[in-house]
Amino acid sequence: MSAAGLSDTADAVRHLALVGNPNCGKTALFNRLTGSRQKVANYTGVTVERKEGRFVAPSGRHFRILDLPGTYSLQAKSPDEEVTRAVCLGELAGEPLPDVLVAVVSATNLRLHLRFALELRALGRPMVLVLNMMDEARRLGMRIDRERLAREFGVPVVEAVAVEKDGARALVALLDQGLPAAPAVAAPADLHAETTRLLAEAVVFDESVTHRDERIDAVLLHPVAGPLILAAVLFLMFQAVFSWAAPLMDGIKEGMAWLAGQVNAGLPEGPLRGLLADGVIAGAGSVLVFLPQILILFLFILALEESGYLPRAAFLLDRLMVGAGLSGRSFIPLLSSFACAVPGIMATRSIQHPRDRLVTILVAPLMTCSARLPVYALLIGAFVPDRPVAGLFNLQGIVMFGLYAAGIVSAVIVAMVMKRLGRRAGAGDHPLLLELPAYRMPNPRDLAIGLLERARIFVRRVGTVIMALSVLLWGLASFPGPPEGATRAAIEYSVAGMLGHALEVVFAPIGFNWQICIALVPGMAAREVAVGALATVYALSDTGDGAAEQLAGLIGAQWGLPTALSLLAWYIFAPQCISTLAVIRRETNSVRTMWLSAAYLTALAYGSAFITFHLARALT
Amino acid sequence: MPGVSGLLPDFETRMASMTRSPLLMSLRDLPQRASARIAAIVPHAMPDAVAQRLEELGFVPGETIRVVARGPFGREPIAVQVGFTRFALRRAEAERVMIDSASVSGA
Repeated sequence: MSAAGLSDTADAVRHLALVGNPNCGKTALFNRLTGSRQKVANYTGVTVERKEGRFVAPSGRHFRILDLPGTYSLQAKSPDEEVTRAVCLGELAGEPLPDVLVAVVSATNLRLHLRFALELRALGRPMVLVLNMMDEARRLGMRIDRERLAREFGVPVVEAVAVEKDGARALVALLDQGLPAAPAVAAPADLHAETTRLLAEAVVFDESVTHRDERIDAVLLHPVAGPLILAAVLFLMFQAVFSWAAPLMDGIKEGMAWLAGQVNAGLPEGPLRGLLADGVIAGAGSVLVFLPQILILFLFILALEESGYLPRAAFLLDRLMVGAGLSGRSFIPLLSSFACAVPGIMATRSIQHPRDRLVTILVAPLMTCSARLPVYALLIGAFVPDRPVAGLFNLQGIVMFGLYAAGIVSAVIVAMVMKRLGRRAGAGDHPLLLELPAYRMPNPRDLAIGLLERARIFVRRVGTVIMALSVLLWGLASFPGPPEGATRAAIEYSVAGMLGHALEVVFAPIGFNWQICIALVPGMAAREVAVGALATVYALSDTGDGAAEQLAGLIGAQWGLPTALSLLAWYIFAPQCISTLAVIRRETNSVRTMWLSAAYLTALAYGSAFITFHLARALT
Repeated sequence: MPGVSGLLPDFETRMASMTRSPLLMSLRDLPQRASARIAAIVPHAMPDAVAQRLEELGFVPGETIRVVARGPFGREPIAVQVGFTRFALRRAEAERVMIDSASVSGA
């Protein structure tokens, strides 16, 4: 065999590549094999997610396993397919040639998946065929003659149920026996005919089993019930984000307040105490509070995705979104953008059409991300009276809803404008071709692994970028100290104070005072820092609730209503988020697109804040 | 009309006869819940990436296709079942899938 360098000694690391169609349960199998020993990154130079993990077989053999992107063919029409093909052939720079291709097929969808497996077999590499989701297939009354299939297909075949604890045992045992030989079968001329032949040879279908999915789809895709159910699901999701998260957020706030109290009590008055209590705990802590909301939102998105419902939502909304210059496929990225535009923009990778993808990327920052929530909450709390409307609603709640709606409406308008501009440039063909996968019960283990990954990313961000900024802002706002006999507040003499006064020239027409200008600067790295920054600027050393309440009272007394409304209007567009701009640059591989989005968002923010400010001043 | 695409005269005539034939109809006209046999995938251009992708997804002559649902707005997209798999297609994609009129059943 050509891979002789990797003789069957137990200490050699074997490279496996998991390959298969979308919805074949490949990622669940990957999670089953590797647990949380995973590394997620991008392939060099392309925005295709690279997931690598490792595991040790009972004999002590070490395996490294790549979870390649799910694709329908090796025709290299999309970046995903190009990467899959190049990795399987060992042609991608920096990736070793896999010792074994692990072709994963869903036993419930053999007609489609076996065709791709035949394409893989034609590569002539050592290969194993995994019949995944065998439990489902049995439930559907299918009987698969595994040995016969292995004989006819020409490679070893194992069964698997990736969502069960021992579901991958047969695969591990097979790999542990040593490397399989490369298939010695000539590539068939017609892959579909060969698939049909294999199915006739090795699979018996029970036609009497009625399809459960058919009954579910009859309801969920129903022209009337379908959209209503979708609206209810989305309503429940946002309700959960705001109500379920509250107790957890209070807990984190209390923890932060306690920590600040400990610091204040345990350290002598001085710069160190100020740095820890006002810089680190107040700054980073005020952002950490949003972890529960982000996790609940992602729990919903992951569960909906796993269950197979999200593509149905895309189906229901496709026509409406096409009207707005988007695509049904844009729904999933835009939904994620309510948590944070960064994963939302990364999720646009599933949109094949380049123009649809670009428009989705450009409007994703208009979805109200969770980082804008603290800013909205602060301003609404300070300026909008808490009074019932029509006996059922609450004025504050209505304003909050209005801000979310304003984001969505402006996204629709922006997308429509871009559609007009795009048509002039020639829009071209516009396929949807969306697979509606079989419904599945979301697997708690896979949900947990996905959430853990999200939590890790968020906490890392708080611990690095946001923490550093909080400390930096504290430093800028504290030094240089006021001169002898200073009459004004200490901060006015600091670097931050001078910066704020300089920026005030630009922002005075939209009603922002110098304190707001200072807060906008660190808000560029993370929008939510603006609240903590305002608190620091207003020289409050308290954290959590206390700070927010006092701050609300202070700005309620010092700012006019026009200024507050203007800041809210500014934050609907809130162009200042460096992470979002960085991910736009990375995903579009274009600095121009990044500047375009920054420029149009800033223009909209400034324009709408200007109009809001002057209208409000004229009316009050 | 010769000369316009002299390279593909055979293709042109084949396509014209297919789309005009009373024995064939387009998937977009297949009613809800009805099923039929796929007769051909007609490319709209040469090469047609969409037609190629349809074939990779299992839309091949001889397969049975069934309309599962239609979108709530403008009766688009169309959800169809081919083999064990369901796909959502827009009208433009469905137009490429020609079905055998004689095989339509269960409307």
